[in-house]
Amino acid sequence: MELKKPAVAGTVESCDCQVSIFPNPGQGLDVSVESNVKAIFGDSIIESTKDELAKHGVKDAIVQINDKGAFDWIIRARVACAAYRAAEQKFNWKEVE
Amino acid sequence: MVKNAVGRELPEKIGNYVVKPYKGPGAELDWDKPACTNRVPRLSPAGGSKVAASLKDAIIKSGLKDGQTISFHHCFREGDHIIGQVLTICRELGLKGLTFAPSAVVNVKNPSVIDFVKDGTITNIQASGIRGSLGDGVLEGCMENPVILRSHGARPRAIEMGELSIDVAFIGASAADDYGNCTGQIGPNACGSLGYAMIDAYTAKHVIVVTDNLVEYPCCPASISQMYVDQVAVVEDIGDPAKIGAGAARMTKNPRDLNIAAKCAEVITASRRFKDGFSFQTGVGAIPIAATIYLSEKMEEQGIKASFTLGGTTSNMVDMFRKGQIRVIESSQSFDAVAARAIIEEPNIVEIDNALYADPYTKGSILSKLDFGLLAALEVDTDFNVNILTGSSGEMMAGMGGGPDVAADAAVSIVVVPIVRGRTPSITKRVFTCCTPGDTIAMVITEAGIALNPKYPLYEELKEDLEKTNLKLVTIEELQQLAESLCGTPKPIETTDKVCVVVEYRDGTVIDVIRQIKK
Repeated sequence: MELKKPAVAGTVESCDCQVSIFPNPGQGLDVSVESNVKAIFGDSIIESTKDELAKHGVKDAIVQINDKGAFDWIIRARVACAAYRAAEQKFNWKEVE
Repeated sequence: MVKNAVGRELPEKIGNYVVKPYKGPGAELDWDKPACTNRVPRLSPAGGSKVAASLKDAIIKSGLKDGQTISFHHCFREGDHIIGQVLTICRELGLKGLTFAPSAVVNVKNPSVIDFVKDGTITNIQASGIRGSLGDGVLEGCMENPVILRSHGARPRAIEMGELSIDVAFIGASAADDYGNCTGQIGPNACGSLGYAMIDAYTAKHVIVVTDNLVEYPCCPASISQMYVDQVAVVEDIGDPAKIGAGAARMTKNPRDLNIAAKCAEVITASRRFKDGFSFQTGVGAIPIAATIYLSEKMEEQGIKASFTLGGTTSNMVDMFRKGQIRVIESSQSFDAVAARAIIEEPNIVEIDNALYADPYTKGSILSKLDFGLLAALEVDTDFNVNILTGSSGEMMAGMGGGPDVAADAAVSIVVVPIVRGRTPSITKRVFTCCTPGDTIAMVITEAGIALNPKYPLYEELKEDLEKTNLKLVTIEELQQLAESLCGTPKPIETTDKVCVVVEYRDGTVIDVIRQIKK
């Protein structure tokens, strides 16, 4: 999936995260995280972000995550949403089991 | 390295500090000498006045020297302006190497205590907790000597055993007369009980009362008597009244906290110990305050009255007192303006010495007579050990307070805690810092169920009583697994070998240490 424009998903409410994503043609993935639980979950957030992008075939992107203590599945959902907005594609809900 | 009774690895010595490993709750002391005091009998000034020309003059006259110990009480909480003034003068006088020994956590800003650590004015700290920029600085390793943290009950014992030896005590008071009688109960900056200042007044070598409200002799009531006071310093400003005596705390609307509070009231009501003349301590915080309100409703329904409540007093307790639901409030601290005023308004709301509240090494603390005690926690582990000091990234968050004391001495000690806060699990496999040993915790109440501690002496009794209710009983392991399934597995916090903080248990043994956090 190719990103066409910058996009944002999520909020900076407590227990949510705001994901900003930018096209990064041919440059791979660059994920950065700000989080109040960075010391204990920083690595996990980066790992989940890369995993989620891989699932949707995003190979090149700059991702900035402003996390306010969101659970893992929230982070994954926000990342996927931001990626689809950036790619100007509709999410196929049938893919979700 | 030695291992203590809660399985913590401790060095045998930290600088000059000799580690005595924690061996278990309720230990007798290895001590047979009279209680220590630095108070020196000497002829008092007849007639005259003890009012110094200024706070600076008072400090000079006290003879405070490099390397000595200064103390403060924390009754003005976040509103305190005395500590900053005193430390600034100490710096102006070129004093170095002081030990700073407040009675609890102080988080004074502008100036922050860390500034005085960085310039060498302060080289040692003994308190109940540190946080903010001071906490961060200490955990980054900015102090050579470890900070010593103790619970409320442990501090007076440490003073009486000479481990904390106060040279000059600064006692902030919202009213004082020219001969040193003082109180926190009257005046524009009234903070209520001065319970935490008493042991300092009785044992310090030199006592300076600091006030912004000089009243006609004799100041009445006198929480601290003139017979303990060397000098009175009048300053323009002792604190911020909005922060000293904030209004009554309101009932939380957070459904999770209300759920835990309601369960807590049900647990107490279900116990065979819930009968006329029972006693309880709940404390401050959203869940304890809501639990107090729910308990009050249940007491009214069943026509049961309490004999006393203890420790930090809130306006909800004062409401219960005025409804005739509590016969006596033993107040070592007042948490809001209503509680602060209540001591002078109601003869059975009594200002008590913190040592009387919580020190097990007196001839009897009131805690020893307590039926139910509520405890807050940042983390609880599957051994029921409680962390009340450090947050999820290892940062200093709070103070020991009376937690270890209430846990050890109340017949039924109850931890109220949500299983997760944000993404941070509160029920873990191993707490980052052990402050209160699990052996002294009867149960943990969460939104996901109640875990009774099978090792607690009253386990069978509590189990029998709770099985008669509809309350959901779970194991602590189930709570831990549920928390982890929600949050994920947190990465362990990495530390260096440098010990920055020593956490002492009530008897002066070391229950845990906090090491420098790796950045």
